[in-house]
This record gives sequence, structure tokens and C-alpha cells, in this order.
Amino acid sequence: MTIDIKKWGVAEIVLVLSILILVVVVAIPVFMIFWNSFVVDGHFNLNDVVKVLGQPDTYEALKNSVIIALGVTFFSTVIGVFFAWLVSRTDLPFKEGMKLLFVVPFMLPSFIGALAWKMLLSPRSGLINKLLMNLLGLEESIFNIYGFWGIIAVETMYLFPFVFIQVSGALERMDPTLEESARISGAGLFTITRKITIPLVMPSILAGALLVALYSLAHFGVPAILGTQVGIYNIPTKIYEKIHQSAGSFMAIRTGTVLASILVVSAGVILYVQNLVLKSGRFQIIAGKSVRPMLLKLRGLRVPLLILSLVYIFVTVILPTGTIFLVGMLKTYGVSITPDHMTLKNFKYILFTWKMTKDAIWNSVYLSLSAAFVTMLAGVMISYVVVKMKVKGKWFLEFLGVLPFSVPGTVIALGVILMWSGKFGVNIYNTAWIIFVAYIARYMAFSLKSNSAALEQVHDSLVEAARACGASHWQAMRSIVLPLIRPGMVAAFFLIFLPALRELTTSVLLYGPTTRTIGVAIYTLNEDGETVYAAALSSIALIIIVIGHLVIRRITRSRLEGAQ
Amino acid sequence: MAEVRLSGVGKYYGKHRVYDNLNLTVQDGECFTLLGPSGCGKTVTVRLIAGFEQPTSGDVFIGKTLVSSAAKRIHLPPESRKTGIVFQDYAVWPHKTAFENVVFPLTIQRIQRNEAAARAERALDQVALKGLGNRLPYQLSGGQQQRVALARALVSRPEIMLLDEPLSNLDANLREEMRFEIKELQKNTGVTVFYVTHDQEIALAISNRVAIMDRDGGVRQVGTPDEIYEKPADAFVFKFMGLSNFIPVELRNDRVYAKGTDIGLEEVLIPEAERKRRDFIVGCRPSDIDLSRNGTGTRGVVKRMIFLGSIIDYRIEMAGREIRVQQDTPGALSQNRVFSEGETCCLKFHDLKWFDPGCIEEAML
Repeated sequence: MTIDIKKWGVAEIVLVLSILILVVVVAIPVFMIFWNSFVVDGHFNLNDVVKVLGQPDTYEALKNSVIIALGVTFFSTVIGVFFAWLVSRTDLPFKEGMKLLFVVPFMLPSFIGALAWKMLLSPRSGLINKLLMNLLGLEESIFNIYGFWGIIAVETMYLFPFVFIQVSGALERMDPTLEESARISGAGLFTITRKITIPLVMPSILAGALLVALYSLAHFGVPAILGTQVGIYNIPTKIYEKIHQSAGSFMAIRTGTVLASILVVSAGVILYVQNLVLKSGRFQIIAGKSVRPMLLKLRGLRVPLLILSLVYIFVTVILPTGTIFLVGMLKTYGVSITPDHMTLKNFKYILFTWKMTKDAIWNSVYLSLSAAFVTMLAGVMISYVVVKMKVKGKWFLEFLGVLPFSVPGTVIALGVILMWSGKFGVNIYNTAWIIFVAYIARYMAFSLKSNSAALEQVHDSLVEAARACGASHWQAMRSIVLPLIRPGMVAAFFLIFLPALRELTTSVLLYGPTTRTIGVAIYTLNEDGETVYAAALSSIALIIIVIGHLVIRRITRSRLEGAQ
Repeated sequence: MAEVRLSGVGKYYGKHRVYDNLNLTVQDGECFTLLGPSGCGKTVTVRLIAGFEQPTSGDVFIGKTLVSSAAKRIHLPPESRKTGIVFQDYAVWPHKTAFENVVFPLTIQRIQRNEAAARAERALDQVALKGLGNRLPYQLSGGQQQRVALARALVSRPEIMLLDEPLSNLDANLREEMRFEIKELQKNTGVTVFYVTHDQEIALAISNRVAIMDRDGGVRQVGTPDEIYEKPADAFVFKFMGLSNFIPVELRNDRVYAKGTDIGLEEVLIPEAERKRRDFIVGCRPSDIDLSRNGTGTRGVVKRMIFLGSIIDYRIEMAGREIRVQQDTPGALSQNRVFSEGETCCLKFHDLKWFDPGCIEEAML
């Protein structure tokens, strides 16, 4: 192929640059994983893959991942659909407030939740267990959070909002005349729900459930805290164990890459199915106008259901968060929670004295700020090419753009290890840089989503009007496009910054002696039995996260007002 | 001000052909309308002139400047073409006030701040938006937003104004008002206007000349609104310009019969030029047919009558086909010529247009 240099305008250069970013950051790491699992000594080799899968511990990890994912998906779907229906289709009191509260678990890091539940329900030292044993005079504890049920329960608490948000959105957008016409033709409320409402929101339920499955399958934090202690490993924790213990032995990395390949493929399949499901549902729910849907009168159940919802929120949000704060203030772990056992010294110690935690906070802050900034800018450029530019070869970028969505954090970590530890002449293993590139890969999807949504709102004619007024490409970009997508860019920044700040899955595979992040620090503190400090550091992380979410809410709200 | 000339312009999107050989000249200072059904390539033509698209073949001139040429690989970017454009969706920048929208082209041209402000204010005056300069677009109505777009296109004194269906998002009353205002603006500023629409009423109302384009991107006729309406070049133009009846007829002994029947169209003048041939299709407007109770004329039966206020609309069966007829209400009432469904009446045709027999398929294009 010959390249006509004259044809190379700005568009082509930007396209190539965009492709390059995605190739280096995402495509090569993923490719390296597949290469490592299927190619031995330059030959395609499937036997070894089968052998790896046949080993009892890898097989076990696969099975556990599936069991956990199925359980979490089932319970998240049931709980999510129930509460979504409750807040959008009944006359439950304080619905608007409840709607916000149900989404709160979304912003809490689930591994901190797992930590809290360990403090509450571990068989020997769990606060609730001890309380019940004292009250009932029992010799043995009632609950044991370690194990499948514990993992499934805790993951469900933090993942059910995926279903809740999808389904409540669909129920609110649904054209009420669809139900009303069924009612006029004589169907009762039960029949309507069964024959009209549920089929109409089914795509949203499935889409939410698939997202939960995807997250659970590739989830590290909760199984790491509640599972490894009793020998339950899922795919990500097994990869972590292999990489961590083996110090980079060939067989360990191979096992890791084979498991990672399975994660990538299943993530791809899940996302593909979800896409199909959403597409099939797109035309059914129609009505963009929010018209008032028919509300079910709960009558006598109104107060009991409100209490149930409040209890649910108390148990899943307030109790664990409060526990983290209270335990973080204890003088030593294990003493009862009374005012004379409390101190703020822990916070002072980890914030100002202890180098390890100070470093971790600093690392997390600058890594997530810089990764958010870079990823946001790269996302703007890539989305601009995909959404707005007419340039040959765009399809390749579109294809690459799908990749970041289907690569779980563990896979990214493994991929960047393979790519950046000297194989291509660059070795940044054990430095902050490797975490930085991994964060960019991990959060590129968020940036692409937010920025392309913003760009799609900017109609082409706005730019063309500017061009006809005499503005050049860049002038039109600067004075029209950028101001209009700024809210999307800011949203993208925070959508990356906040999760990156508390990131665990990727960093835990990549951290070196001086490059712990907040998530890693909390995790290792917990492993080392420093429960009080783990809780104190978690409290600080939670405070930063809540402040961040308040900021993002303010920004997105002012954006809504501007768009009216 | 300048003339615009498209010479042998072809445009393809991949294999999809918009047109092959488009030739149009918009004269300096006139209001020229390109009228055609949706999807015929009107918007593409605007975009070719504005420079958002490049022709696959042929040349585009603005004034004496060759702005696009497929053969010579010339393509002047949109910002260098001195055009003003108004889009169907207004394209008013939502983050800028009305004033900021209008002053933008002048800022880009680095016109001195005070002068720019004065010109922008004047442009806002011209489109009757005085005092609304500080409003953001969402605080303006659709019509007002469209005026902002007009002022923005006018403020830099372009050589040519391109208007792409600028009124189709407005309601009927506003549309009528705005089309008057566009005409006034064009008269006052003397700017060359290239207007694109599928609405023949607007085209007739504002244009000096109209070009009719068919679905294949071919230009069927170019002429003044009178010529287009009164002397349509073919059945397609006739049909496109308003409600129409087409009746296949044959000539026998200097009389006109509905084809294949002995039912004659009474008192029809056959133009000299047409006497040589035998088969025709005649076209006529519903308002060019007179109805009477008795007397000369072709018999028909009223199938449906709808009272529309100032006119009465009939569907009448005559010689096995349905004919649309419209009568003005006062005349019909005063002469007792209101027919109800099922009644028989006599039809007399004025001002028939004579077309080739093959023209019907063509007209449906």
C-alpha cells in the first residue's frame, strides 16, 4: 500500500494518534495475554491450555467465579427489580429520597464494605456475633461471613444498583398508555404487570443483570477479603495468588494468562449479549416524555414496606459505614465500642506520621488525578474522531474503542505486566508509571462513554454554522465544540478520578514497595491484622469519595439546568 | 454580492448517486429557490456551495472564483467562501447569547470590537430582535432562534446567503410571517439568496426564480414562479406545484374523449400544436373545473363532498376515474351549485395542460 502524503490532513493524523493510544494502552496488553496463553515457543498450543485448566486449583477458581457470579446476579436482580418497582410504581412515601439512597451503595467501594462485614460478622471477633452470643448466652457464633454466602451477600449489596438504576429508569420512561390501554381492554393490575409491564422492562432487567454478572465474575475485593482465608478463590484472586507467590515464574504467569483470557472472552460475550438485549428493547419503551405512570396503592403495606426499605438501607449502607468509622477510632481492635476506647490518634497517625499510609494516600491522589486528566483528554480525541469525523479507516478505531469496555481490571494488570516489564525495551515494573498506564486502560471506557455522549449532543450544523461564519477547524473546535462538551469532560474526569482513587483490583497486582495506593494499603493492612488502621484509612477514603460525589452532583445538576 | 454557478456538478457517496450533471446559475442579487421532494439532493447542493462537501465531478463558482473543482482538485474551505448559512435546525449555539451568536462572525474576522458590536446590534434590529440580545437560545422561541440564525448569517455581509429549509420547523403562522421577512431582508440588503425547500408555496412566494428538481436529482424546469405555475415543463412540475388531476384522453374528429370511452370532454380548446397527435394526458387543477347542475359539460357523480370553509372540496367520479374539484363557497352558494354526495353534475374544464401519454409514470418519480 502506498501512502499519498498529500492526503494526510489533520483528520488522518488525529485518527492515527487515536488508534495508537488504544493499541498501546489496551490492545497490546490484551494481545499479550492471549499470546502468552496460547503460544508456546512460537507455536500455537492448545494442549497446555487444557492442562492448565485441568489443574484442580484453576478449575476450582473457575467454578467458584461462576457460582459467585450466578448467586450475586440472582439476588441483585430480585432485590433491584423489587426496589425499582417500589420507588417508581407504588405510592411509597419519600420516594425521591429513597431513590437516591438506593444508589448510594454504588459509590462505596465494595472491599471496604467487605472489611466492615468482616468486623461485624467474623465468627470469633465479629461485633454482631459477640453481641448475640452475650445476649443469648451462646457458646458459638451464629453467623460466619467467610464463605460463599458471605461473598454473595456483600457483593449483592454493592452491585444491585446496576439493576435498580436500569429498571427504575425503564419503568419511569415507559409509556403509561401501554398499560392504560390494557386496563381498558379489561385486564386487571396483576395481568397487566405480568403481560405488559414485565415483558416491556425485561430488556432492562436483563441488561442490568448481565452487568452485575460481568462485574461479579471479575471482582477481586470481596472474595479476596472474605474468601481466601477459607480457601475460596475466584478467577481474579487466583490470578493474584499465582502472580504474587510465584514471583514471576513462567508456569504461574501462564496460569494467570489462561484465566485472564477466559475473563476477557466471557466479558466480551456478556457485553455482546447485553447489547443485543438492549437493542431489542429500544423500540418498545418509546415515550421519552415522563408522563405519570399508574401507581399501585399500597394501602396497609405502605408503612411496612417503607420500614423494610429503610432497614435494608440501614443494614447495607449505614451499618457497615458506621462500623468502619467507629472501628477506625478504636484504640486497639477487639475492645468494645465505648467512648473511653475511642481516639482520633489513628487518623492523625496515618495522615501525618506513618510513611506507608501517607505515601499510599499521596500515590492514589496523584495517580488518579493524572490518569483521570490524561484519560479524559485522550477520550475526547478518540470520541471526536469516532462521532464527528469523516475519515477513512475509522472503523478500525471504532472496533478498538469497544475493547476497553470488555477488559476487567485483573486482565489489564496482567497485560501491562507482560507488556511493560522489558519485553518492548521499556521496563516500568514496580514504578508508579505502570499503575498509571493501567489506570488509563482501565478507565478509558468511562471516558469514551461520557465524551461521546456529550459529542453526540453537539449537532454537526453547530460546527458548520461556525465554519460558514469564517471560523477555521480549530476556531470552531475552541469556541463551539469544547465549551459545549465541557460538562461531559468534567463528568468523565470525576467518573475516572473517584473510582481510581479507591482502586484495588489492578493496583494490587502492580504495586511495588513505594507505590502502594489507598486500596492496596487498606488491603495489606487488613491482611497484616492492622484492622484499626485499615478502618481508619477506609474512613478517610470514604470521606474523599463522598465529597467527590457531591461535587459531581453539583456539576451535573448545573449542566441539566443549562440544557433546559 | 455574487452569482453562483454550478457547472456539470456530480456527487456520489460511495456508489450512491445523488446526481451526475447539475447545471444551475444563480444570478447576482436574486432570490433563487431550489424546489424538490425530500431526498432529491437539495441539501447536498447547499453543502456543495457552502464547501461542506466536495463535488465528485464538475465545478462550483462563487462570483468569478472557482471554489470547488473536482478535475483541478481545488477546494476552498467553508470559512473562506464568504457565505452565510441558515440551517433547518437553526444551529444557534446554545452556550452563547443571541448577541454573542451574531457577533461571532465579526470576532472571527477580527473586526474592531466597537464596530462589531454596532453591526451585531444592527443585524439584530433587522430581524426584529432588538433588546433580546442578552437572552440565551433556550429563552427564545423557535421563530426568534431562527431570526438569530438569520442575523448571524447576514452580519458579515456575505456574498451569498444559503437557506436550507429554514422555516420548516416553525408553525404555520410564523412560517408565513418569516417568509415575508426573508423577502424583505433580501430586498433591503440585495444579497444573493439560494433557498432550498420542498414547500412550493414558499418557493412561489419569495423567489425571483425557481428550479424544480426531481427525485433523481435532475432539474426539470427553471423559471419565474409564474412560468413554473402557468407553463409547467412537464407533468412532474405540474403535479409538484399543487393538487392536480390527470386524465388520459384521445383525440377523435377534433373532439376530446376520455381514453377508451365515448365520454367527451365538452368545450375543450385543443391547441394547434397538439392536433397532430392522438393520445394525451391532460392535467388540470381542481379549481380549474366548473360544476353546474344542467347544461353542457361531462357528467359525473359526486362521491364525496367536504366543506373546507372558503372552498368546497369534491371527489367526483367521471369516466371511471376520480376527479378532484374545488369550488369557492360564496359563488357556489349564491348560484345554488352545492352538490351533495350521490348527486349528478356537469364538469367543464378550463386551462388544460397537455402532456405526453408516458408522463404519468414519470410524474410519480
